[in-house]
Amino acid sequence: MNIMTEQSLENAVGDKMNAKSNEVIKMRGDKVGVFYGDKQALFDVNLDVRLNQVTALIGPSGCGKSTFLRCLNRMNDTIDSARVTGKITLDEEDIYDKNIDVVELRARVGMVFQKPNPFPKSIYENVAYGPRIHGLAKRKADMDQIVESSLKKAAIWNEVKDRLQEPGTGLSGGQQQRLCIARAIAVSPEVILMDEPCSALDPIATARVEELIDELRQNYTIVIVTHSMQQAARVSQRTAMFHLGYLVEEGATDKMFTNPDDKRTQDYITGRFG
Amino acid sequence: MSSLLVLAIVVAIGVVAFLIGRQRAAAHENGTVKPHSRAHYHGWWAFLLAVLPALLLLAVWNIGSSFYLDRHIHAVLPERTADSKVASEALDVSLVKSLARGLRQLDGNTALPATFAELQPLLAAKGVALASDTQDYMIPIAVETNKVQGMLGWFGAVVTLALSIAGALYALRQIAPRARARNSVETLMLWGLLAASTIAILTTIGIVLSMLFQTITFFESVSPISFFFGTVWDPRFADAGSGGSRGQFGLIPLLAGTLYIAAVALLVAVPIGLMSAVYMAEYASAKVRGVVKPALELLAGIPTIVYGIFAVVTLGPFLRDLSAALTGGSPFIQGQSIFTAGLVMGVMLIPVVSSLSDDIITAVPRAMRDGSLGLGATRSETIKRVILPAALPGIVGAILLTASRAIGETMIVVLAAGVAANLTVNPFEAMTTITVKIVNQLTGDLEFNSPQTLVAFALGLTLFALTLVMNIVALYIVRKYREQYE
Repeated sequence: MNIMTEQSLENAVGDKMNAKSNEVIKMRGDKVGVFYGDKQALFDVNLDVRLNQVTALIGPSGCGKSTFLRCLNRMNDTIDSARVTGKITLDEEDIYDKNIDVVELRARVGMVFQKPNPFPKSIYENVAYGPRIHGLAKRKADMDQIVESSLKKAAIWNEVKDRLQEPGTGLSGGQQQRLCIARAIAVSPEVILMDEPCSALDPIATARVEELIDELRQNYTIVIVTHSMQQAARVSQRTAMFHLGYLVEEGATDKMFTNPDDKRTQDYITGRFG
Repeated sequence: MSSLLVLAIVVAIGVVAFLIGRQRAAAHENGTVKPHSRAHYHGWWAFLLAVLPALLLLAVWNIGSSFYLDRHIHAVLPERTADSKVASEALDVSLVKSLARGLRQLDGNTALPATFAELQPLLAAKGVALASDTQDYMIPIAVETNKVQGMLGWFGAVVTLALSIAGALYALRQIAPRARARNSVETLMLWGLLAASTIAILTTIGIVLSMLFQTITFFESVSPISFFFGTVWDPRFADAGSGGSRGQFGLIPLLAGTLYIAAVALLVAVPIGLMSAVYMAEYASAKVRGVVKPALELLAGIPTIVYGIFAVVTLGPFLRDLSAALTGGSPFIQGQSIFTAGLVMGVMLIPVVSSLSDDIITAVPRAMRDGSLGLGATRSETIKRVILPAALPGIVGAILLTASRAIGETMIVVLAAGVAANLTVNPFEAMTTITVKIVNQLTGDLEFNSPQTLVAFALGLTLFALTLVMNIVALYIVRKYREQYE
C-alpha cells in the first residue's frame, strides 16, 4: 500500500504542480472571527479564495456566510457594533492593517448586493459613479469608454445602449442587478463579492446572471453567497459550507456535491435541514 | 332638571343597556347557531343606541331653547322709545337674561321686591353682581323667563330620557345569534372617526370664510389694486374717519419685509439644520444621537415669545453696540433690524429643518449607502453624491414647510423687527412684516368697521394664502418623493 510506482508518484506531483500554478491564492482568511456586540457570529474561519475562480459560500440562514463575505471588503466596518478578529489577506497583504485604506480596498474588492440597488440616477451615471469618485477617467470620452465596456462585460449593453440617460431604477429586476454588476466592474476590481445576487430575481434573469458570473471568472475572482444548491453547483469551482458560524467544510465543488466529507454538508445538500 | 343630570342618567341607561345586552347575547353563545358577533359587541351596540341619539337630541334641544328664549324675551320687552334707559335692544335682552340667572340663585320662598334697588342687596348676598342699569320692569320678565326655561328644560329632559330608553330597548330587541352587531359598531366607529377629522377641515373653512367677509368689507373702501400693489404703508391712525384722508394701505413694504426676514432666517436655519441632520443620521453613534436629537427638539419647544425677548433684550443691543464699537461711534446695526430678527428666527427654525431632514435622510434605504460604500466611496462622497440627491425632493419639501413657518412667525418679529414699514435692502435697518402689522392694526383703539382695522383681515388672508400655497407645494413634493421607495 505504501509503495508507489515512480510513474504514479510523478503523476501525482505533476498534478499538484499543475493545480498549484492554476490556483493562486487571491484572498486568505486566517482564524477569522466576527462579533456583533457581545455575540459572536463567526468562529475561526480559515478559507482561501483562489484567483479567477468562483468560490461559493453555502449554508443555512444565519450561518455566517454573508458575515464572512462582508469581512472581505470590510463592509462590516459600517456596522458600529461589529468587530473582526483574525487575519484576512489580499495578495498576502493584511486588509485589516492600519496602513490599508479601506476606500482603496473596496475599489479592489467590489461588491454586489442581494437586492439590486441602483442609485436614483441615470443608467450612465450609475456606472460612472465609481470611476468618477476614484478619478479613473480624465476626459468624457474615457468615461464613455469605461461605461460602455462595463455594460458590455455585464451583458446588458444591448438592452440599455439607447437609453443611457434614463433612470436606472426604471429597469427590470434582472437588468438592475446586471447594472449593479456593471457598476462594480467599472472601478476595475480584482475581486467581486456577490451576496445572494439572484435571490430577488426570476429564473430567467437568474440564468442570465449565472451565465455572466461564469464569463466574469476569466478576468475577476468571484466570491458568491447563495442559498441555491443548484446555483452553487452550476457556477462555482470551490464551495465552502458554513454552519452556526463555523466553516464546516471546503473543497472543489464537484467533490462537495458528490462526496462531501462532513455529514452536515451531506444533510444540507440533500435538503435534510437548512 | 339640569343638562348635566340628564347626561348622567342617559349614560347610566347606556351602561345598563350594555350589561343587559352583553348578558343576553352571551346566553346565545351556547346555542346551536354560531353567533355572528361576540357578546360585548351587542352590549356596545345597545350602549351606543341608548346614548348617542339622546345626546344629539339634548344638544339640539338646548341650542333651540336658548334661541327660543331670546325671541321670547324680545317679544315681551316693552316697545323701545327714544327715552329708553338702556342703550340697545341686545343689551336689554342680555340684562334680562343675567337677571334671570341671578334670580335662580334665590330660593323660591322669598317674596320678590318690585324694584331693582331692593332686589340688588338680596342678590349681592348670594354673590350675584348685576349691572346697575337693570330696570325695574325687567324683574317680572325675568321671572317669566325662568318659568319658561324651566318648563322647556323639563320637557327636553323627558323627551331625551324617553329616546334613550327607546334606543336601548330597540337594540336589546334586535339581539339574535345572527344579528350583525359587530358590523353596526364598526360602522359607527368609522363615522365617529370621520367626524373627528371633519372638524379640522370645517374649522379651516370657517376661519377662511370669517376672514373673507371682513376682507370684502375692507375692499369696499380700499381698492384691491392699491392694496396689493401699493408701495406705501400709511394707515393714518390719527386721521381715521376725519374726512378726506383715508391713509394708504400698500402691501408691498410688508410683503418685502416678511420675505426678507424669512430669507435671512432660512439662510441661517437651512445650512445648520441640514448639516446637523446629516451628522445625526450618518455619523452620530446611537448614544450621541440619543442625547443630541432630543436636545435639538427641545429648542423647538421654546415659546417664540422667549426668542423674541432674547432678540430684543440681549441680541439686538449687543449687535448695536458691537457695530458701534467696530465703526468707533455710530452703530450701523439698529437695535431692531432685519438681521437680528432673521438670526433669532433662524435659530428657532434649526430644529424644524434638522428634525424633518433627519427623518428624510434616514428614510433613504440602507442599500443605497452600502452600494456606494461598496464601490469605495467615502462617507462624505456617499452623502454628497447619493444620499442627498436621493433625499433632495424631501429636503426641498422640508425647507418649504420651514419657510411657511418663517413667514407666519409673529412674536419674534413683533419684538425684534420693528414697526416701521420701510422698503430697504439694508439688512441692518428695521423693516416690518405682515404679521407685525396685523397685531398693530388689531390692538389699536379703533372702530371695528374702519378700514384701519379691517385691513388686518386682508393681511391675514394674504398670509394664509401665501403659506397655504407653500404648504401644498411642500406636501406635494414630499409625497412624490415617498413614492420612490414604496
